[in-house]
Amino acid sequence: MKGILGKKLGMTQYFTPAGEAMAVTVIKAGPCVVVQTKNREKDGYEAIQVGFEEVPEHRVNKPLRGHFARAGLKPLRYLREFRVPDASAYTVGQEIKVDIFSPGEKVDVTGISKGKGFAGGIKRHGFSRGPMSHGSKYHRRPGSLGAKGPARVFKGRKLPGHMGMERVTVQNLEVVKVDPERNLLVVKGAVPGPRGGLLIIRQAVKATQ
Amino acid sequence: MQDLKQIFADEEHLQKEIPDFRPGDTVRVHFKVVEGGRERTQVFEGVVIRRRGGGLDETFTVRRVSYGVGVERIFPLYSPRLEKIEVVRRGRVRRARLYYLRELRGKAARIEERR
Repeated sequence: MKGILGKKLGMTQYFTPAGEAMAVTVIKAGPCVVVQTKNREKDGYEAIQVGFEEVPEHRVNKPLRGHFARAGLKPLRYLREFRVPDASAYTVGQEIKVDIFSPGEKVDVTGISKGKGFAGGIKRHGFSRGPMSHGSKYHRRPGSLGAKGPARVFKGRKLPGHMGMERVTVQNLEVVKVDPERNLLVVKGAVPGPRGGLLIIRQAVKATQ
Repeated sequence: MQDLKQIFADEEHLQKEIPDFRPGDTVRVHFKVVEGGRERTQVFEGVVIRRRGGGLDETFTVRRVSYGVGVERIFPLYSPRLEKIEVVRRGRVRRARLYYLRELRGKAARIEERR
């Protein structure tokens, strides 16, 4: 299970050799450092904890400072875990760089989507709208909430509410370009979240290679 | 984000030189077109009426009047199919988007030369 943490830089265009333009996202990925290894005996599962982006020491609270001191590392802004088959293959302090991926590979990218605030049914669930004119007074309302019989609204009914700012994963994005010198990863298509948002990039679960 | 152009700087088609041109200039664009499996270069000459977008997303629009019909083509500036841009004439205009040319014919649609 290959994985790395990164930051969304923005979107641009890329041209295929045939001359067709495609939309791509540029990600600043890594370098990440292994902060802790977890094994079956001690923790019940095999995983590595990985950190990304150095921060000044006063940005980190005391318990975390101790955690980094134990690993002999500088404080890092983000810590995330990756499940691996055998954590003993990694050592604390080991660097993970973008070159674990190569062009043509498929990846899954996870991020926190942009917050949309309190959104109506049309934007949030793709409801249809009523006529805007010809005397209609029914524009963007949710419609019927169900039958008269149960005399209540069933749980899970799609209604207006808070939208966005949730964890979203986009699967099977193609890696277009890898630049290990500048730690950049270029991926085909869009990725969740705002520019500067944290992204978790993993080998695609569903890709059959 | 700095300059995203840099990331792709080693790509071949970005090596090619793009002359300095702006709206109002008359250019000759050499563009590769695929026609029935065969590739050939087409030349399109006209007035640049707009440049938009930044970095690799930049495009420009060229307008010409052909047999009395106005034709506008939009070219991606960094497309590998774009072979060459020749600046034929530099024009002096007072705005960045020359949409007003669409309403003008003949003498009125002339653009003063810039030195």
